[in-house]
Amino acid sequence: MIYSLNNVNYLQDEHDLANSMASSQWLPGESENPVINAIRGRVLLLLALGVFVTLIIDLIAGLAGVELLEVGGRTLGGDIALDTLIDRLRTGLIVGLIFGLAGIGLSMTYSILNFANFSHGDLFTTGAFTGWGVALLIAGWGAGDAGYLLLARSGTGPNPNEIGASIVASPLAILIGVVVSAVVTVAVALLADRFVYRPMRDREGISLLIASIGVALALRSFIQFVYGPQTRGVTAIEGVQEKNFLGTGMSVDLHQLTLLVVSLALMIGMHLLLQRTKLGKAMRAMADNKDLALVTGIPTERIVRATWILGAGLAGVAGFLYVLERGTMNFNVGWFLLLFIFAGVILGGIGSIYGAIAGGLVIGMVQEVSLIWISSDFNAAAAFAIMILVLLYRPEGIFGGVTTA
Amino acid sequence: MTASETGSATARARISGWVKKTDRRFIASTVAFVYGLFAILIVLEQGLGLGTVNSIFGAWRTITFLFAAYALITLALNLHWGYTGMFNIGIAGFMAVGIYTMGMLSTSPDALSGQGLGLPLPIGILGGMIAAALVGLLAAIPALRVSSDYFAIVTLGLSEIIRLAAGSRTLSKWTTNTFGFGTGGGSGMDLPGRPTDSILDTSIGESFAELFVIDPGRIDLLLFEIGGEEVTLVSSSILSDFLWSLIMLLVMAGVYWLVRRIGYSPFGRVLKAIREDELVAQSLGKDTRRFKIKVFMVGCALMGLAGILWQGSQGFANPNSFRPVITFYAFIALIIGGSGSNTGSVVGSLLFVGLLFEGPRQVGAIISARFNLGNAPGTFDGAIAPLADFSFQPFLAYAIDNIAPLQFVLLGVVLIVIIQKRPNGMFGDRTETAAAVNLGKQEGNDE
Repeated sequence: MIYSLNNVNYLQDEHDLANSMASSQWLPGESENPVINAIRGRVLLLLALGVFVTLIIDLIAGLAGVELLEVGGRTLGGDIALDTLIDRLRTGLIVGLIFGLAGIGLSMTYSILNFANFSHGDLFTTGAFTGWGVALLIAGWGAGDAGYLLLARSGTGPNPNEIGASIVASPLAILIGVVVSAVVTVAVALLADRFVYRPMRDREGISLLIASIGVALALRSFIQFVYGPQTRGVTAIEGVQEKNFLGTGMSVDLHQLTLLVVSLALMIGMHLLLQRTKLGKAMRAMADNKDLALVTGIPTERIVRATWILGAGLAGVAGFLYVLERGTMNFNVGWFLLLFIFAGVILGGIGSIYGAIAGGLVIGMVQEVSLIWISSDFNAAAAFAIMILVLLYRPEGIFGGVTTA
Repeated sequence: MTASETGSATARARISGWVKKTDRRFIASTVAFVYGLFAILIVLEQGLGLGTVNSIFGAWRTITFLFAAYALITLALNLHWGYTGMFNIGIAGFMAVGIYTMGMLSTSPDALSGQGLGLPLPIGILGGMIAAALVGLLAAIPALRVSSDYFAIVTLGLSEIIRLAAGSRTLSKWTTNTFGFGTGGGSGMDLPGRPTDSILDTSIGESFAELFVIDPGRIDLLLFEIGGEEVTLVSSSILSDFLWSLIMLLVMAGVYWLVRRIGYSPFGRVLKAIREDELVAQSLGKDTRRFKIKVFMVGCALMGLAGILWQGSQGFANPNSFRPVITFYAFIALIIGGSGSNTGSVVGSLLFVGLLFEGPRQVGAIISARFNLGNAPGTFDGAIAPLADFSFQPFLAYAIDNIAPLQFVLLGVVLIVIIQKRPNGMFGDRTETAAAVNLGKQEGNDE
C-alpha cells in the first residue's frame, strides 16, 4: 500500500517536474496562471483551426456561388467551380499516395534505425530510373538501340510514343518495370547499409543523418553520371486517357488508376505483413524498445535488413509509379520530393506507417487544394510550413503518439 | 634502413612538428600547399609560357574567393554546431535572407530585375545581417525545444520556404507595388556592384594594374622574344577579383577572431557545456535557452554576412543559388576540419575548396589537355561498350566530359568516410580547455 502510494507520489512528482521543465522552456517571463498558460499553448492551434474553418466556409460558399462578405478586396465565398475542386482533389490523392508509399520506408528507418534518412529521396530516383530503363527496353524491343532504351532515353533515338511504354500498349513492360525498380532499389539500399550504416550502428542519429546526406549526394550524382543530366519523357500517352471508363461515362487516366491500384495493394500488403506475421511483430517490437527486443531474442540485424528491403522496395516502386503518372523524370526527382515525404511522415507521426500514409495524403491534398487560395509559387511552402508547425507544436504527429505500425 | 632514410624521416618529423606547433603555421602551410599544388597543376595543363602566369593567378583567384566564402560560413556554422551542438541545415536560407535584404535596401529603384530602395551599401549590409539574425530568432524561439534531428528538418524546411518566397513572382510584384522593393522572383535580383571595383578605375589603381603588364621595352631586358607586343601577365579583371577576395579574407580574419573570442569567453564556456550536456548546464543555473537563442542569432547574422560577401558580390542573386546543397558543402568543409575547432573550420574550407571542389576539375583539364582522348561519347552506353574490347579511352573521355557528377560522388564518399573513420575531423579531437589560462603549463606538460 505504502509502496503504491509512493509510486503515485513519484508519478505526481515526475508530472510536476515535466510541467515545470516544459514551462521553463517556454517563453521567458512566464505567467504562473495555468489558465493563461493553457491559452498560450492553444493560441496557435486555435489560429490554425480558425484559418481552416474560414477556408472551408469560403470553399463551400464558393462552390455554392454565394458571395458572403468582402474584406480588403478579397471575398469570402465567390466562385469556385466544382470541377476544379474535384480535379485538385484527384491530383492531391495521386500525389499523396506517392508521398505515403515512399513515406512508409522513411518512417520505418526512422523508428527502427533511429535516424532521418536523407538518402530516401534518391532511393526513389534509383527506382524510377532503373525501373523505367527496363520497362522501355521491353516495351520498345527492336524499336531502338538497347543501350539507349536501358538508359531511359539518354542520347538520341525514338520518342516515347514510338517506344510505346504505357499501361495500354505494354502492361507487361510496366509490371516488370515495377518489379525491377523494387529489386534494384533494395539492392542499392542493402549495399549502402552494409558499407555505410552498419559500421555505424551504435552511433547517434546526427552522425547517421550526415552519412545519409553523403549517400544521397553520391547516389544522385552517380545516377546523373550514368543516365545523363537531361529531363526526359518516358511514357506513351496514346489511349491512356479512357473517355468512357467501363461504360460509366467517366473520364479516367489509366496511369493514375494503375498508380492507385498498385499503391493501395502495397499498402494493404504492408498492413497485413506488420500485423499478421512474426516478422511484423518483431519489427514493431524493435521500434518500440530495441534493448528489450534484443533481450527477447529477436535477431535485430535480420530485422534491420527486412526494414531496408521493405522500405527501399516501396520507395523504388513509388518512384516508378510517380514517373508513370508524370511522364517525365530527371535525376533530381526524388531529392526534390524528399522534403514533402518528410512532411507527410512527420504529420502522421514518425514511426507509424499508417501515419505516414495518412500524412502523405494530407500533404498531397494540401499542396493541390491550396492552389484555390494561393499562387502556385507558394503551395510547396504551405506544405513545408505545416510540417514545421507540426514538428514544433505536435511532434508526435496529428494522429496521436502511436509510435509503431 | 640506411642512414639517409633515417635522416629524411627525422627531417619529415621535424617539419611536421614545426607545422603543427601553432595553428597559424598550420594554416599557412595548408595555404602554401594548396596554392603550390594549383600552380603545378596549371603548369601541367598548359606548360610553361607567358600566359601561364595569368592562368595560375586565375586559378588562385577562384580558390581564394571560394576559400574565404566557405571559411566565413563554416566559422558561423562552427558557432552553431561545433560550439553549441545546434544542427542547423538551413544555412542557404539565412544566406538568402542576408543577400535579399541587402538587395532590397541597396539596389537602385530602377534596376531591371528586382527593385530596392537605393540606400548606401553599408546600411544594406547591416540590414541584411540584422534581418538574418531576426529570422534566426524567429526560428530559434520555438525550434530549440525539439530534438536535434527535428531541428535539422525544421531549419531545412525554413530554408526552402525562404528560397521559394525569394523566387515567387507574385510576392515580388506585390511588395514592389506596395513598398517599392521586391526580389525579382525567379528571374533574380540585380545587386549593387563591388565597392572595390572602383579602386582599379582610379589612376592609382591603373598604375597598380600596369605593374602586371610587361611592355616590350622591359621584355628586352628579360631576354624574351615576343614580337614587340604588350603582354598582360595578370589581367585587370583577375586583379579586381583579388582585391575583393582580400576584403573577404580580412572579414574572415575578423570573424575568426570574433568566434574565437566568443569561444574562450564565459559565454562560450556555457555554450560548450550545453553541447556536452544541456541538463547539467541547466542544473548549474544557466538559462540554456537564452544562450542558445543568442548564439543562434549571432551565427545567423554571420551567415547573412557570408552570403552577402559571397553570392552578393556577383552583381546578381538568383534563388537557385540557395538550394540546400550549399549547406551540405559547408558541412563537408567543417567536418573535414573538425567541428568545434575554428582553425579546423578554416583549414577544412581550404582543403574542401582546393582538393574536392576545384581539384578534380583541374585534374580533368590536365588529362584532356595532355592526352588525345578523342571525342567523348555522348552517353554512358557509348562509354562502357568499348570496355569489352579493353578500350578504356572512350570511358575516360566520358568521365572527363562528365567530371561534375563524378566530383559530387567523390564529395559524398569523402563525407561518408570521414564521418565513419574520423568523425572529429582534423582538429575536432583537440580538447579545448574551458579555463581562460592554460592549466597544462603549470603541470609541466609543455614539451
